[in-house]
Amino acid sequence: MTAALSIRNLHKQYDNGFEALKGIDLDVQPGDFFALLGPNGAGKSTTIGIICSLVRKTAGEIAIFGTDIDKNFSLAKQYIGVVPQEFNFNQFEKVIDIVKTQAGYFGLPPKLAGERTEKYLRQLGLWEKRNQSSRMLSGGMKRRLMIARALVHEPRLLVLDEPTAGVDIELRRSMWQFLRAINASGTTIILTTHYLEEAESLCRNVAIIDQGKIVHNTSIKQLLRQLNKEVFVLDTREALTDMPTIEGYPGQLIDEHSFEVEVVKGKSLNKLFASLSERDIHVTSMRNKANRLEELFVSLVEPHRNETAEAQL
Amino acid sequence: MNAGQQWVAFTTILVKEVRRFMRIWQQTLLPPAITIALYFVIFGKLIGPRIGEMSGFTYIEFVVPGLIMMSVITNAYGNVVSSFFGTKFQRSIEELLVSPVPNYIILLGYVIGGVARGLAVGVIVTLLSLFFTDLQVSHLGVTVAIVFLTAVLFALAGFINAVFANSFDDISIIPTFVLTPLTYLGGVFYSISMLPPFWQAVSLANPVLYMVNTFRYGLLGVSDINVAWAFVMVTGFCALLFFFSLFLLERGKRLRS
Repeated sequence: MTAALSIRNLHKQYDNGFEALKGIDLDVQPGDFFALLGPNGAGKSTTIGIICSLVRKTAGEIAIFGTDIDKNFSLAKQYIGVVPQEFNFNQFEKVIDIVKTQAGYFGLPPKLAGERTEKYLRQLGLWEKRNQSSRMLSGGMKRRLMIARALVHEPRLLVLDEPTAGVDIELRRSMWQFLRAINASGTTIILTTHYLEEAESLCRNVAIIDQGKIVHNTSIKQLLRQLNKEVFVLDTREALTDMPTIEGYPGQLIDEHSFEVEVVKGKSLNKLFASLSERDIHVTSMRNKANRLEELFVSLVEPHRNETAEAQL
Repeated sequence: MNAGQQWVAFTTILVKEVRRFMRIWQQTLLPPAITIALYFVIFGKLIGPRIGEMSGFTYIEFVVPGLIMMSVITNAYGNVVSSFFGTKFQRSIEELLVSPVPNYIILLGYVIGGVARGLAVGVIVTLLSLFFTDLQVSHLGVTVAIVFLTAVLFALAGFINAVFANSFDDISIIPTFVLTPLTYLGGVFYSISMLPPFWQAVSLANPVLYMVNTFRYGLLGVSDINVAWAFVMVTGFCALLFFFSLFLLERGKRLRS
């Protein structure tokens, strides 16, 4: 099957000499919901910038649904819709004009452009605001406007660069729902995000990029399987002065009514609760301490950084 | 993109540009009308009669073609430089860069948008001039052709300025220090036959002189220069600036990292 996105040996060196990408290879299959993760400055936005032709590559090849962006840029661009990280529309134009103009840039005849504009502004809850100047919109509405704009030519590949940054939880959830529906209708989605919970919730496959290299490329499920321990926070009814020492469950006191314990994945928690009961310590609530993927992310990126640092010494 | 899609893209850019300068007409159409009306009053009615005839015409008759051309030049240039730099500044240029629109369509869209404003202001100023003098047209074809080519030329120059500009200061330097002196010394207010031979020769190096005089020839039938040569030169400059602008777009100069 032809990949939705195929990247081979992608390099980017900026004019100031900074090497942002050091030979990336990546395949995203049609219909996938794919996460591109990495710390700040890892190369995520550069990669997306090159895919969308906002950044010039130094070397390498990119094909969108089998179309090389260097050989048939017009067709390749027809396949892509992009939602950038920062607002990049004219703040003085009306909402409806921004979306309709983008449709025109993709060659959609005025009638069809009008129909599509209405369709996506309605789906994203912006139709009532269509005649407002875009600068009057809230931050969340501006993000939705950029999604409507990216979808107006109905691309086969939607690229979102941190689409929910700065968006409140309720709106983020509704955007997730919308993106899931778009993906279910057949649109391939590539997402970069700092919210690892977002990747875990939405995406099926993931690539982790750090210092210009892909350090991990697998499915989210496979990735989570690699995590072999979890940290739980337990709240107690009784006030504690010291961390209860329980063999096989290392931990530490957080405050007098809560402590955390580290548990190897798959290990039973019964013994932990039995020991606490013997000591007349009653657990009133329990929660997972941190995002699991976040822990794994750190564990994957850190060794790679240490190797790089050692190599430079 | 096929030809039909390219046409849609071109008209989209053009409509956006026209909508922009119409939306802010108080900043784009009104000020040049007021400024040029003041020129008509001061140079035409107050000082003009004391100057007497120039090239066989009253001073107001002589100065009107130059002032119309001056407004076309400054507005065609000003529209493209401010609009295209604005899209760079707000990063809305990315809407175009991620789209399949060919570079020459982007260029044509912005340039014809600038021409539209230049001609709109030119028409307003021409109508205003009718309150001060009777306007005759000696050569309609020459008049229309030179005003259109001049608007194209300065719209292209504005585009190049916008591509290189990094700040709003950069888009005012060229109009202030290059465009205004060239226009004021380009035969708008006087015939170069009044100048000593040395300054006449220097004036002939000013391209604006050729455009103003050709336009004046179209209206009044008199010119300080060879009209055919003026057309060759203006067309040549248009082609040169068009291909240079296209080269800048292809290279992504200051548009793509």
